[in-house]
This record gives sequence, structure tokens and C-alpha cells, in this order.
Amino acid sequence: MTASTLISPPPNQTLGTAKLVGATVVAIVAWFAVYWQLESFSNWAVSVLPIEHGGHLDEALSFFIFDTPKVLMLLALVVFAMGVVRSFFSPERTRAFLAGRREGLGNIAAASLGIFTPFCSCSAVPLFVGFVSAGVPLGVTFSFLIAAPLINEVALGLLFALVGWKVAFTYLVFGLAVSISAGWVIGRLHLEGWLEQWVLDVRSGSVDLPTDHLTIADRIHAGIEAVRDIFGRVWVWIIVGIAAGAFIHGYVPAEMLTSIMGRNQWWSVPAAVLIGIPIYSNAAGIIPAVVALLGKGAALGTVLAFMMAVTALSAPETIILRKVLTMRLIAVFVGIVTIGIVAVGFLFNALFT
Amino acid sequence: MKIVKVLGPGCKRCVATAEMVQAQADRIGVPVTIEKVTDYAAIAGYGIVSTPGIVVDGKVVHAGGLPKAEDLAKWLAAA
Repeated sequence: MTASTLISPPPNQTLGTAKLVGATVVAIVAWFAVYWQLESFSNWAVSVLPIEHGGHLDEALSFFIFDTPKVLMLLALVVFAMGVVRSFFSPERTRAFLAGRREGLGNIAAASLGIFTPFCSCSAVPLFVGFVSAGVPLGVTFSFLIAAPLINEVALGLLFALVGWKVAFTYLVFGLAVSISAGWVIGRLHLEGWLEQWVLDVRSGSVDLPTDHLTIADRIHAGIEAVRDIFGRVWVWIIVGIAAGAFIHGYVPAEMLTSIMGRNQWWSVPAAVLIGIPIYSNAAGIIPAVVALLGKGAALGTVLAFMMAVTALSAPETIILRKVLTMRLIAVFVGIVTIGIVAVGFLFNALFT
Repeated sequence: MKIVKVLGPGCKRCVATAEMVQAQADRIGVPVTIEKVTDYAAIAGYGIVSTPGIVVDGKVVHAGGLPKAEDLAKWLAAA
């Protein structure tokens, strides 16, 4: 057993854990210290810019300078916290929990777990097949598959920080409502026959993974890993999103925007959703634009519907899902989710006048 | 000779995982054969939901995300 000496825990491991926890606490305190100073720093940065103050360019650049560090810092904190929380969940455990659930309650559980279970659209296919073959009902699987990208930690955390808890909470409630009801409707339609044949042939048992015992240090590492991973993938989208927001903030006249995305145009909700479907962006990229749109008088329901369409339905994910779903089933899936999002937009605009 | 299967559709992380398995195997001196399983039906047949997954001598030891180097060494060293 020479190999076991190689992998036995080093004697100072507890010391290492204490150091890691201490460093995490210090880092979080430092985060808050920097964050409180951010506004004065941005003020100073804007004041030294060699441009005419009060003009369109000044407005746009100020928005960019204020929001870029703010969004990036908030994102880092939110993603770290959720990385730690998510280490308590895994798709395998979620599946074990959902297998054999009845529809209705199953849809609710699936959508709720979709918030916390780590998910990336690149593993949508194994996840879908794994769920269905283990006996998770099709409609329940869809509830999960809609909720996972729609209501994620990045979207909720950034909405909370930039727009306020009311909007974040509303987004959460309505996002859950769309995921639950769309999944339920798909389940009621009994479309199992519209899956690709090979999916129905897969028989998989449950799997017992040995790595389920994580220490505090492992969970902190999971948080750090999540920050590195998410930043690596979405920083470009965030910069593009903030730039788009800056452009809207500085150059798009409020009257024009209100006349297009305001509350008085009934067609603005479906139009926003139709525009949003083919756009593929992470929630982190879309939220700075959302903030700018709201600031210019766009109706909240219209903007949230746009955001939901961008995050829940994307061309790349649909193409990936084509491997397991027939075109008819994809059309039904996109159609039902679209209807749900449009309904949310209308309802929201009607409720919050 | 241990047979290690890396389950994943060919994403960046699956490639990275296969490289990690090889590196750890070399480090602790365990001879391995690494097979990449990219077929979705085969992956699902192992019962995992998230990729990359690792199977050592027919037993699933890991699913979802990059494995830790220490864990890899442990799985490879286990008889």
C-alpha cells in the first residue's frame, strides 16, 4: 500500500482549513471596503475625463465607468456565495429526489431545485437523458430544464443589487410560475412519443458517488472555482451588456423608448419576447441593459419578458436539445415557454401601474 | 492495468479531465488505459447526469466538473 501514503491527508490540514477560512473572511471584508469606495473612485475617474460634461458621451461614459466595476464586483460576490451553496446540491441528487415524483408537486420541486442545482447548457443533453431514463416524468424534466437557466444566481443576485429586492423577488416568483406551468402543460400533453427513439431505449440505474463528503475547505474552493469559471465564460458578455446599457443611457431618447417599450403599447411585450429568443446572452450580460432600459422609462413587465426570453430560450441550447427531441417537441417547448413569458409580461404591466 | 473511462460529449473540461487522469496515473505509477466515451446514450447508461464523469474499472467515481487531483490519485490507487 505505498500509494496510500501518497494520498493520506497531511498533518497540517486543519491548519490549512483555518487559514483558508480566515483568508475568505479577510477577502469578504476587503470586498465591502472597496465596494463602499467605488462610487467616489468612479466620480473621480469621470471628473478627470477630458470630455464635455452633460453631453451624450459624458452620460454614456459615466454609466460605463460606474457600472463596470460595480457589476463585476457584485457578480464575484454573488457567484462565490452561490458556488458554496451549490456544493450542497448536485444534478445526481436532484434526479434521485425527482425520480418517480408525480406531476404537479414534481413540477414545483423541479423548478425550485433548478435554481440551486449546478447546470450548464453544455450538459443539457446528458442531464435530459439522465432524468428521463431514471423515471423523472417528461413534464417535470422540462420544469427543471426551463428553470435552471431562467432563474439563476447571477440573474437574481444582480437584479437584487442593481434594481432592488422587489424586482428580484418578482422575477423569482414569475420565473418559477413559467417553469412550473410550462412543464406541467408539456406533461399533460403526453409527448413522450416525440422524443428521439434512442432516448427511450436508455436504461440507467442510480449511481452512488463516493465524493459526497465535502469539507468546509472544499466548499470554499467550490466557490472560488465558480467565480473563475463564470468570469471566464461571461466577462465578455458583461462588458458588451454594460456597453449596450451605456449607449442606451447616453444616446437613446427617453421619449422614443417609452413609445416603443412603454406600458401603453400592447404589442411591446410579444415584440420584446420575439426579439429576445434568438439572442443568446448570459443573464449577467443582459442586466446592465435592463437597468438602462428601466431608467429610460421602459415598462418593467416588457423588460423582464425580454430578459426571460433571452435567458430561457436560446438558439444554441435548442440546437443541442435537437439531439434528444424531435423538431415537433422543440416547437411545442419553445411555443409554450414563449406563451408563458408573454403572459408574465402582460400580467406584470397590468399589476404594476 | 486500470481502465479509466472519461464520460463527456467532448467539451473542454472532458479533455482537461482526461489529461488530469493521465498525469495523476503517471505520478503515482499506475498504468492506465484511458477511453473517452462521447456517445450520449452510453454516458447516460452509466447513470450520471452531469459531465465530465469518470469510470474506473467499471465503477463510476465522479460526475460533474473537474475532479480534484488528490481524489484522482485515490481512485487510481484503490485496488
